[in-house]
Amino acid sequence: MQLACPMPKLDFDVITLGHGSGGTLTHKLLEAGVFDLLKNPLLDTHHDGAILDLTGKTAFTTDSYVISPPFFPGGTIGELAVNGTVNDLAMCGAIPRYLSLSFILEEGLTMSEFWAVLVSIKTAADQAGVQIVTGDTKVVERGKGDRIFINTAGIGMLHPKADISVGRVQPGDKLIVSGNIATHGMAIMSVREGLEFETSLQSDTAPLNHTVRTLLDEFGPAIHLLRDPTRGGVATVLNEIARDRNVGPTRIGIDIQQASLPVLEEVAGACELLGLDPLYVANEGVFLAIVAADVAERFVGRLQTLPYGESAAVIGRVTTEHPGQVVLTSRIGGRRVVSMLVGEQLPRIC
Amino acid sequence: MKHLSEYRDPEQVEQYVQEIHRTVTRPWTIMEVCGGQTHSLVKNGILNLLPESVTMVHGPGCPVCVTPVNLIDKAVYLAEEKGVMLCSFGDMIRVPGSGKSLLEAKAGGADVRILYSPLEAVRLARDNPDREVVFFAVGFETTAPANALSVVQAHQLGLTNYSILASHVLVPPAMEAVMNDPDTNIQAFLAAGHVCTIMGTGEYAPLAERYRLPIVVTGFEPVDLLHGILMTIRQLERGEHKLENQYTRVVRAEGNPDARRVIDQVFEVVDREWRGIGTIPRSGWEVRRELASFDANRKFSVSIAKVPECPDCIAGLVLKGIRKPNECTQFGTRCNPERPLGAPMVSSEGACAAYYHFSSALSDCVE
Repeated sequence: MQLACPMPKLDFDVITLGHGSGGTLTHKLLEAGVFDLLKNPLLDTHHDGAILDLTGKTAFTTDSYVISPPFFPGGTIGELAVNGTVNDLAMCGAIPRYLSLSFILEEGLTMSEFWAVLVSIKTAADQAGVQIVTGDTKVVERGKGDRIFINTAGIGMLHPKADISVGRVQPGDKLIVSGNIATHGMAIMSVREGLEFETSLQSDTAPLNHTVRTLLDEFGPAIHLLRDPTRGGVATVLNEIARDRNVGPTRIGIDIQQASLPVLEEVAGACELLGLDPLYVANEGVFLAIVAADVAERFVGRLQTLPYGESAAVIGRVTTEHPGQVVLTSRIGGRRVVSMLVGEQLPRIC
Repeated sequence: MKHLSEYRDPEQVEQYVQEIHRTVTRPWTIMEVCGGQTHSLVKNGILNLLPESVTMVHGPGCPVCVTPVNLIDKAVYLAEEKGVMLCSFGDMIRVPGSGKSLLEAKAGGADVRILYSPLEAVRLARDNPDREVVFFAVGFETTAPANALSVVQAHQLGLTNYSILASHVLVPPAMEAVMNDPDTNIQAFLAAGHVCTIMGTGEYAPLAERYRLPIVVTGFEPVDLLHGILMTIRQLERGEHKLENQYTRVVRAEGNPDARRVIDQVFEVVDREWRGIGTIPRSGWEVRRELASFDANRKFSVSIAKVPECPDCIAGLVLKGIRKPNECTQFGTRCNPERPLGAPMVSSEGACAAYYHFSSALSDCVE
């Protein structure tokens, strides 16, 4: 979805330190566009903070976005900053409602770049159905940032049927992935300096809250756990789950089937070429669900009819056989442990 | 990608696995030389498809693992003290030197860049004429042509700010070193397919003859590896010892003449130190004397003190296949990928790291 929002006429076209001073320039920047663009009654008070009327169980999360480059095929840092926090709330079983929005801008960022980010934030917030109710803008000297950093925090109301926690994961549960993995990471990789390769890959950044809400409406407590495998990819999240549950009365491990993992052919090819394992590559518009075995097939069938769920698949199961570990059965039937990465995944020599 | 699925076909894999099980009548110990093959064996879970009596030993063919600590120290020194733009393949930058790794030097402000091709480094040198650009040219025969070509290109462009820190190693002398060790129990080799793509197979027939063992040039996909293992076992069972080529779709007997020409143009054979093994005569390449201005070793006078290897690390025994990684007392305890004591724990192609990552505590999955 593209929003047609012409940039307001301004008497500056580059962000300078003054725009973060809190003085006239800051006001010009905010009033010229930010407040108008993101308009809602709570933001319109222009107060130091937003006053929210909340009742019931509430989820609260925060995340910082420092992606390089900030504009990439299929999205911008702005969309990530909204979708990422919205998705974190959705993974708690919450219905996202309010976001805060803080910028750290590097001196020299052009106003047109900043505007493009703002517009993408607006579009993403509308799509997710959340309001941006408070925020902040700081400017740092050139060389002290990477054009633009964003922090968002989010508040969501817990879905009445949601009962999501790692403690509810049971042996026999099925592991489901909502879409093709590793697409976002490889799309970013394709435009990183020094690594550029030609591809039509687009980031899969998307708000997952509407899809998750429908699933919670229909499957409620049969959904035991939801996680979005962003940094570190699917392998990292699964290892975290297995490690968290390597204590207590029922220790569990996770089995996954390589042949069931949905990966776009182009992504698999790029990973192969660069010596990366798609299991460790970042995702944005994908979630993992661990659900009771008896609903798994219906769950996947339903998910495939919902936005961003077309490629959903059952990729594994929860087991007591190798507690604390994630074990992959390869396409050819061999088995190996999928371990936690030590640091960033580094390309191999040959 | 069609190409890939063809060589990962579960049915064909199953056929080879069954044929191997039918053919084997007694225990055999086979070394796969190349780290890429080790990686594929563990990543695809091939080891636990083989009969128990077939032992695969992971050889010294991981370039990251055998690069001497001293040379990493040198790279770190160039990046930190000489202010060069130090370019490297990705997996080299985490390998600890005696003090720190290139990754740590980068975090401290040194200009360290991960590249996929040395030609990219030549471009950086061209675009940054006021900077010295050094490419950390690590690898076996496979990566040598591209590294050599970067020197040729820089020469043609008249660049005076480009050089390579070469740590090239050669496979056949390493195989000899393994066989010359009196403790070795290796009975056959899978030779490294991509090395032979460049160099051809000519060097291997004399080795098979001299040491009286089968050598099968093998590819990297599951079907290739199992086919190569089957060919090796057939020879072993029949008491044969010859050179065979499993990887015929890629490897020609004469190799790649163009690539060999560019290698000859830039490199000459020298004695080379291998981390964990020691110096092997005529086992490496360095930049020819007449191209000294492209040789970072000669261009920058750096003398780095040699540091002894950690005495508890049995890397040498592992690289020669005399011990298995998990037979080391330090394995997984004091030595792990976060704090490796020795080289094979560092790269994902290293035998110890492969065992650690893909098999920790799941012994039935590897052995």
